[in-house]
Amino acid sequence: MPLAIEVSGLEKNFGEVQALRGIDFNVEQGTVVGLLGPNGSGKTTTVRILATLLKSDAGVARVGGFDVGTQSDQVRKVIGLTGQYAAVDEYLTGRENLQLFGQLFHLSKKQASERADELLDRFDLADAADRGIKGYSGGMRRRLDLAASLIGNPSVLFLDEPTTGLDPRSRLGMWSVIESLVAQGTTVLLTTQYLEEADQLASRSVVLDHGAVIAQGTSDELKSQVGGDRVEVVVETPAQLDQAKLALAGIASGPINLVIDEHKVVVPTSGGSRAVVEAVRLLDEAQITIADIALRRPTLDDVFLSLTGRSAQELSETSAPSSKRSRRGARA
Amino acid sequence: MTIRNIETPFRPALGWLVYDTLAVARRHVLKITRVPESLFFALIQPVMFVLLFAFVFGGAIDLGAANRAQAYREYLIPGIFAQTVMFAVASITVGITEDANRGVMDRFRSLPMRPGAVLGGHTLASLFQNALVIIILSITGLLVGWRIRGSIVDAALGYLLLALFAYAMTWIGAWIGPHMPNPEVAGTAGLAWIFPLTFASNVFTPISTMPSWLQPLALWNPVSCLALACRKLFGNPIPFQGNSFPEQHAVPMAFGYAFLLLAIFAPLAVRAFKTRNVGGQKA
Repeated sequence: MPLAIEVSGLEKNFGEVQALRGIDFNVEQGTVVGLLGPNGSGKTTTVRILATLLKSDAGVARVGGFDVGTQSDQVRKVIGLTGQYAAVDEYLTGRENLQLFGQLFHLSKKQASERADELLDRFDLADAADRGIKGYSGGMRRRLDLAASLIGNPSVLFLDEPTTGLDPRSRLGMWSVIESLVAQGTTVLLTTQYLEEADQLASRSVVLDHGAVIAQGTSDELKSQVGGDRVEVVVETPAQLDQAKLALAGIASGPINLVIDEHKVVVPTSGGSRAVVEAVRLLDEAQITIADIALRRPTLDDVFLSLTGRSAQELSETSAPSSKRSRRGARA
Repeated sequence: MTIRNIETPFRPALGWLVYDTLAVARRHVLKITRVPESLFFALIQPVMFVLLFAFVFGGAIDLGAANRAQAYREYLIPGIFAQTVMFAVASITVGITEDANRGVMDRFRSLPMRPGAVLGGHTLASLFQNALVIIILSITGLLVGWRIRGSIVDAALGYLLLALFAYAMTWIGAWIGPHMPNPEVAGTAGLAWIFPLTFASNVFTPISTMPSWLQPLALWNPVSCLALACRKLFGNPIPFQGNSFPEQHAVPMAFGYAFLLLAIFAPLAVRAFKTRNVGGQKA
């Protein structure tokens, strides 16, 4: 497949701070790639360079086959950008905003106004089209913002944290819009702090930390780097933990961890759901009462935790839900 | 909706610059109509100055003329014109900083539009607003006793000079805007330096009444040149006129200042707009 985005050896410094230390990744046409990483890892800087808003200090980046440094005009013809804020004019109506951005994309006035109508319809904003943005809800603003970035029918779309601050319903709505764009052939580079979002939308992910790529691949590839499935068993009393650990040794594919305060035994396994059946049998034989048992597959959160090596506290400030902390503690 | 290329019409580069500039200007003019309060307060300030100085301070300022109050009012109005034009700088800084912080500037910069048009359109809309202010101010002036006593050609030249100066000042504002961290700071930064500049001039009082160390500064002050040029072009009284170069050549000096400011700050502003990483300091 041809490449929509090619990034090689990209570097950027802000004074003393090395924001990007030579990153490489490619995005195939018609796919979604998630750009993941904690705050300050270089996600937004990368997007800003690719969207021609910022010049890199070294390296090459091509979007749609054009060099972002030397052919920025051509790049701007093929891209759309949705940033972290709804970048629309507060005092104009939805329709006026889209017409303005259409004209500045160099559509004729007639084309801009037809395109505005088409997008207002598509994004369920037709009823609010002639109202000022000031009266729009957060979800409506983001939809209008996305519509504005699609005004020129871009083949490459940059979405910088498109659902940050949205309620769950609006987020789901946004996801389905993005999915339908991709189905029609748009290439999307998505930065997000919600790993669930990357898992849902992106076919591949690039994980950044301190301005460098620390891992990339499909969600499954990344997850397999962390390890396979685990059987998690909760027993009734702490006293049974060691017994359980002994009993389950037969199904373990690696060292078994204990989470004392949760009475939990975490057994890495390669047996899939059969391992659960086997675990129940083994524990029953050893006469250990099971309070809870589950087969867990690694999530992108686990990938993130294991790759970036952040402490639980640092992570809770960026993306990890609090429930993940205890498991992190178990492995540490 | 599938990906298809939208055929964009062909225009030469200059044609696109005009098209883009008018599109951006329309946005800002629409904004003025949506928030009439902002226009109201832009109008009220110079009118207040006219009324305050005409009726409160004016009586204390003796220009040596027989009809003291009337003479001062005719002296005052061109000064207020000059002061108002200086304040044009603030009509744009806040909006530019807001756009930068909200990501609107990023959107503009990611579009294939001509980069000069973002500021070109904004300054054009600002010129429209300032023209309205000057008109209202002229009417207020006529009501308190100001008159145009020179020729029509000179008067037209006077208004042209004011418009040109206002336009040059908005480009200074356009240059300040991208350097400001937020709209609140931008609002103060646009104005703070204008006050000493307009008061250390012949706008409200003749320069000959100022301490001798301040007089040369006040004489060469662009605001003084502008106010004096307006007094000459509108045929209003010029008391205590000296023989210094700026006093003798106020009209060409004022035009010269306007062109000089424009030549310096328009390119600086466009450069700041293109290169400053506004709103994107976060890595």
